[in-house]
Amino acid sequence: MHPYELELEAAAIGALTPVTRDAARAAHTITKAPLRLLEPRAPSGSAVDAQGLSKSYGAREVLRDIDLRIAPGEFVALVGRSGCGKSTLLRLLAGLEAADAGRIAFDGATQATSPNGHRADTRIMFQDARLLPWKRVLDNVALGLSSKDATQRALDALAQVGLADRADEWPAVLSGGQRQRVALARALVHTPRLLLLDEPLGALDALTRIEMQRLIEGLWQRHGFTAVLVTHDVGEAIALADRVLLIEDHRIALDQRVSLPRPRSRGQAAFAQHEERLLDRVLQQPSHDTRAETPEEFPVAASALRWAV
Amino acid sequence: MSATSASLSERWAQRLAPFALPLALLVAWELSSKLGWLSTRVLPEPLAVVRAFWTLAVSGEIWQHVATSSWRALSGFAIGGSLGLVLGLLTGSLRSAETLLDSTLQMLRNIPALALIPLVILWFGIDESAKLFLVATGVFFPIYINTFHGIRAVDKGLIEMARSYGLAGWPLYRHVILPGALPSILVGVRFSLGLMWVILIVAETISAQAGIGYMTMNAREFLQTDVVLVGILLYALLGKLADLLSKGLERWLLRWHPGYQTPART
Repeated sequence: MHPYELELEAAAIGALTPVTRDAARAAHTITKAPLRLLEPRAPSGSAVDAQGLSKSYGAREVLRDIDLRIAPGEFVALVGRSGCGKSTLLRLLAGLEAADAGRIAFDGATQATSPNGHRADTRIMFQDARLLPWKRVLDNVALGLSSKDATQRALDALAQVGLADRADEWPAVLSGGQRQRVALARALVHTPRLLLLDEPLGALDALTRIEMQRLIEGLWQRHGFTAVLVTHDVGEAIALADRVLLIEDHRIALDQRVSLPRPRSRGQAAFAQHEERLLDRVLQQPSHDTRAETPEEFPVAASALRWAV
Repeated sequence: MSATSASLSERWAQRLAPFALPLALLVAWELSSKLGWLSTRVLPEPLAVVRAFWTLAVSGEIWQHVATSSWRALSGFAIGGSLGLVLGLLTGSLRSAETLLDSTLQMLRNIPALALIPLVILWFGIDESAKLFLVATGVFFPIYINTFHGIRAVDKGLIEMARSYGLAGWPLYRHVILPGALPSILVGVRFSLGLMWVILIVAETISAQAGIGYMTMNAREFLQTDVVLVGILLYALLGKLADLLSKGLERWLLRWHPGYQTPART
């Protein structure tokens, strides 16, 4: 077992992005009591310990005997080619699907992996925002909250993603990036200790993506939840994660620690180096036949061959 | 200045265009009646229809018929519609209810409600309950089928999301499934409202002591073609009114839907 040394010290909490600064200002004008209810609690992040996870859909094997340990407050990115099973792994962690074998323990408490085991402190963000189109933005964020201060908490969460002024809009009039920010607010309002992100930025344009990455990083630093991000964008993984896991051939093929100081910039030489190395590794996936079918011995006896000399 | 007035008159022309053809037909109709080409036995002149409507309205007779017919239509709709809604929700939500009920209901659906008239007269005689029964069976199926499909067509991703956010049971139903099925349910309501009048017309012309259908059949016996036409036009108006109502309902209930939102100014 290796220690999970976190690079959090380097990440000054004051490194607020323009978006979050706007959010703070919006919160101040609207609520007068900004960000009160969503202040981080300690201890904030869940520890995840998954052992021997396997999953197949019919005859198609997706994951085989996966072991995964995530330290509290760690930011882990899962990368891999499309269809490699990275989203499936995330869905197993979220309890949206049951594993065929294996166990997942949160904070040391093992629980059976059942599809109904939704945990109150785990929240997931999907690739599509999945906002309820018939609820206004504020009511979408307040979904599943039952406490008296639900509206206030939802407003605070919206303010944190800089959308407090859109609280009364219908989701249909928002842009794709704004919808994802609402979805992020909806996840944050539950003060999750484990936030699962299933390619939430995959459908956004390049500028919005970078903005969202900074927003997610800033909120993660503030709240200290554990984050697992599925992405097909190697650069995004390097920009955000403490550890990047490559999923290949049903298993974790690479577990690389990224120890760059935050906030990370794509212009840094070390960043580019990390990105290139990882990209090379993803692309050099050997095709199955060359590796698996290297004959150890000559399969046919020499005498059985007809020599054409 | 001239540009704005041109665009204004253009807009008026556009607004009036749909009425041009009916107006021309009305004028042609009035002219041919006046010139004696059209016998009053076939079709009375439009002015006579207006006069007939006026006398009926002044005497108050027409309102009584309209009230009777509307009451029948709405009660039948309420009974059949709520049954269709409840059963549609049931078969849409529960697999066991679907296997138990759906194939039977789909079989019954293929029987036109009006084909039941002889049987209905045997069962209920010719009083109010017969008409209510016919209207209720007629409106039942469009609402049932559209509710069923609406429930089934709710975005699975939204349900998954809501479950992972801790919603289950009635809250899940109220916040996610029902609103998701609503557009489809309202389509069923609109179909039913149209069908409601069709069935009522037939039911009232067969046997009734009051109602618009009774009024027209009575007028036919006395060759009062103008009153017959008043009845027909009344049905058309009431049908249009029902349609407007359901459209307004859609506009209100589906105001979140991009299809019902006025495009945002950019």
